[in-house]
Amino acid sequence: MTQVNYKAPTTTKEASRLMAKAKGSAFLLAGGTDLLVRMKSGLIDPDLIVDIKRIPATQSIKKNDGKYVIGAGVPCVALGKNKGLVKAWPGVVEAANLIGSDQIQGRCTMVGNLCNASPAADSVPALVAARAKAVIVGPKGRRTIPVEKVVTGPGTTSLKKGEVIESIKLPERGARSADAYLRFIPRTEMDIAVCSAGVNLTLGAKGIIKQARVALGAVAPTVILVPAAARALVGKQLDDAVLAKVAAACEIACAPIDDKRGTVEFRTEVAGVLARRAATIAYQRAGGKL
Amino acid sequence: MSGVHVSTTVNGDAVEFVCPGGESLLDVLRNRLGLTGAKEGCGTGDCGACSVTLDGQLVCSCLVLGAEVEGREVNTVEGMAEGNRLHPLQRQFLDNAALQCGICTPGFLVAAKALLDENPNPTETEIRYALAGNLCRCTGYDKIVRAVDAAAKDLRREAKRKARQKSK
Ligand SMILES: Cc1cc2nc3c(=O)[nH]c(=O)nc-3n(C[C@H](O)[C@H](O)[C@H](O)COP(=O)(O)OP(=O)(O)OC[C@H]3O[C@@H](n4cnc5c(N)ncnc54)[C@H](O)[C@@H]3O)c2cc1C
Ligand code: FES
Ligand code: FES
Repeated sequence: MTQVNYKAPTTTKEASRLMAKAKGSAFLLAGGTDLLVRMKSGLIDPDLIVDIKRIPATQSIKKNDGKYVIGAGVPCVALGKNKGLVKAWPGVVEAANLIGSDQIQGRCTMVGNLCNASPAADSVPALVAARAKAVIVGPKGRRTIPVEKVVTGPGTTSLKKGEVIESIKLPERGARSADAYLRFIPRTEMDIAVCSAGVNLTLGAKGIIKQARVALGAVAPTVILVPAAARALVGKQLDDAVLAKVAAACEIACAPIDDKRGTVEFRTEVAGVLARRAATIAYQRAGGKL
Repeated sequence: MSGVHVSTTVNGDAVEFVCPGGESLLDVLRNRLGLTGAKEGCGTGDCGACSVTLDGQLVCSCLVLGAEVEGREVNTVEGMAEGNRLHPLQRQFLDNAALQCGICTPGFLVAAKALLDENPNPTETEIRYALAGNLCRCTGYDKIVRAVDAAAKDLRREAKRKARQKSK
């Protein structure tokens, strides 16, 4: 193992500068629950680690003009303790709070979950369904991009050298809106999603769905958005016929792998079931009656 | 050695150490500070044998870098007893035979304390969920859960007694 140079800058700009000028292998450190595991198992051998947790902007959950801004270093356990956030985005919070044990919750972050770029990352389908954006600081300044534009494939992201995600931004939340996230694992916790679904809904008068986003995890190289499932929801009250269309649209969108966790057929079918159930939960949370 | 110099607080005592940038807090505690209570079961966050608290938050010390704890507060199983007086959790683990080989025990104690600090009256389900990040290959968990439940009762009784004394 090479000597690791550890840096803990206090601004995102400085973190970006350190990463941009780094020679050799350099990694940002949020909660470390992926990074340290990869170091330990010898998959990576960093020359430089840049810890973002001393940067104040990464440490807070703020609400500006109704929009939540969640710092990249905020551990997932803190999301569940923020009552306003839980009320506005129950699906995002329940997804983030599914990650690992209490020990892992105390460290793991949504940005780390996103940038580790696993197709099975639990918080990502919920963030994509929520229209979350990533605020990025890089050598060329700041840019803000939709979360679904960050991951490009298993283990790869669109971030350029020197780019650091500073925070995750959630859009303003109107009335009668809610989200939900469900995953399938063979046990009750401490496992990786076989497949998962995040659904985000806004209702209008008489429980008619005005806006919908449906995202699936672990059924493709990246988390996928399923516009056809959203189209099946918009303009309708939720009932069995609509839910059947949602499930069918999700099944068509699935392109999973076969592995020890699940076959292609199993993942495809269960993804449809989870989307249907998550849509039902989100609908009820938003005040819709079944 | 070009290491990182760290000043921090461990179990209430100010400590300083120098460690390589990539060294885990677990290795720092065990090999540099002589605190061998936290154990390495897996080194990858799965077993909880290395559990400690960092600024009051339960974490796996195998997934924290030593360099990260500058200015923070670390608490380990060594800080649980007051002198020779065992913490109620420690006493109940003994009384309930909640350990066999004992390698998981420090982690369970630290995790159980973190639970009871936040929730003094947990249900059995809450105890089981809170300890899901701790693995034990010997006991079958039941005795551990019972010990935590019994210790929670002890702690609640103690708190009541203290409150009564205060009001007198
Ligand atoms: C026991 C255990 C159980 C787990 N269970 C689950 C689970 O149930 N579901 C799940 O989805 N995951 C799980 N994980 C994986 C992991 O905990 C999550 O992916 C977690 O959210 C990662 O966050 P982190 O902050 O710890 O990331 P880190 O390890 O700090 O970073 C992960 C990656 O993101 C990069 N990165 C970090 N910060 C930034 C930034 N600001 N900008 C750009 N890139 C950055 C890092 O360089 C690294 O490549 C588990 C892990 C363990 C050890
Ligand atoms: S040694 Fe840290 S979790 Fe197993
Ligand atoms: S007592 Fe042996 S692992 Fe728990």
